[in-house]
Amino acid sequence: MLNVGALQEGFVLDHIKAGKAMSIYHDLGLDKIEDCVAIIKNARSNKMGKKDIIKIEAPIESINLDTLGFIDHNITVNIIQNGQIVGKKNLKHPKKITNIVKCKNPRCITTIEQELDQVFILTDEEHAVYRCLYCEEKYN
Amino acid sequence: MKHLISPLDLSVEELDELMNVALDISKNPKKYAEVCHGKKIATLFYEPSTRTRLSFEAAMMNLGGNALGFSSASSSSAAKGESVADTIRIISCYADICAMRHPKEGAALVAAMNSSIPVINAGDGGHQHPTQTLTDLMTIRTLKGHLDHLTIGLCGDLKFGRTVHSLINALVRYSNVRFVLISPDELRVPSYIRHDVLEANGAEYQEVSQLEDALPKLDLLYMTRVQKERFFNEEEYIRMKDCYILDTKKMTLARPDMLVLHPLPRVNEISVEVDKDPRAVYFEQVQYGVYIRMALILKLLEIQV
Repeated sequence: MLNVGALQEGFVLDHIKAGKAMSIYHDLGLDKIEDCVAIIKNARSNKMGKKDIIKIEAPIESINLDTLGFIDHNITVNIIQNGQIVGKKNLKHPKKITNIVKCKNPRCITTIEQELDQVFILTDEEHAVYRCLYCEEKYN
Repeated sequence: MKHLISPLDLSVEELDELMNVALDISKNPKKYAEVCHGKKIATLFYEPSTRTRLSFEAAMMNLGGNALGFSSASSSSAAKGESVADTIRIISCYADICAMRHPKEGAALVAAMNSSIPVINAGDGGHQHPTQTLTDLMTIRTLKGHLDHLTIGLCGDLKFGRTVHSLINALVRYSNVRFVLISPDELRVPSYIRHDVLEANGAEYQEVSQLEDALPKLDLLYMTRVQKERFFNEEEYIRMKDCYILDTKKMTLARPDMLVLHPLPRVNEISVEVDKDPRAVYFEQVQYGVYIRMALILKLLEIQV
């Protein structure tokens, strides 16, 4: 098995669905930070068969956990200090997300007024349904 | 300050209170004739809708106020690229309340978020048209005496018809309202209305394709237009179109006290011969639309009479 050096300070995003790490890397803006980031694809997992992992050598505050919760609230976030897991962050579906995804309804006001924030509201927590604040179109 | 963006912005109690005021206006119009003296409504219509715009303007004038505005995007600053947010900030300096019709969904909400005067959504694309829903509720309550314990047939284009969706949303809040959804398969009510509204609220409903089958059991028939362009092929349209035309022959199948409503304009889905039938109340509905808009203006301007 491929070995990636242990992280001393930072956090690890574990149990990412296999193949999704690169898109999460971009969605979290990790391509814009100067810190060391390791992406592990298709790691063996007892629970998932295969999974992706992202290790980030930066404080947890450098990412938006709401964005991560919206993408996949089953991802595990482990906080590392001195090479040890010192805490876990439980992700949940955020009540509201702003400027993470765009409304795809061609009739929505956001299609012609580009300066508007793209806001989605969690309208059904059980089924993780988000709707556009303005036109109420469901986000798929 | 309150706005009206969706029919669900008003609770059942607030709706009742509003309809009581509208009823009082219909009985004592003189009492309300000057209550909005010196007040102005801005009708901001980015797409044409003569009836709705005139209804708002008539409502304000009946209250002793004045109206100003525009009736198409080309005659407004939108043609120069001005945003809805900027337009409403400026209109807030000119008027006391505004009614907005816009082709894009959510435009009225954007206006409300940036306005210092109450905003009434007068239709935002295929999304909401709350004052039509208030008009429909007012008509039903006045002529039937209640909004609960009714079997309501909704006929025609149930897929794209926003008036139908809004009315279902509003009526599921009353007890024992049963819906008979009458449409061709292509124009059935969207699944989110079936699941998220009807089923989620435990409302009884059935879907049928023949108007004749439904008519005998209805307390109320809400007709809408079936548009040719909504069909995938012309043959299907020709086969189906007459099924959804209400004529005097079909009216013989209906109860003597069944009401026929229509948001108007109609094209040919209700034969003109039906207009003479006392059960056809779609022109009275227009009058109730003015009364309920008058009551709404008073409520949003917080004017007690």
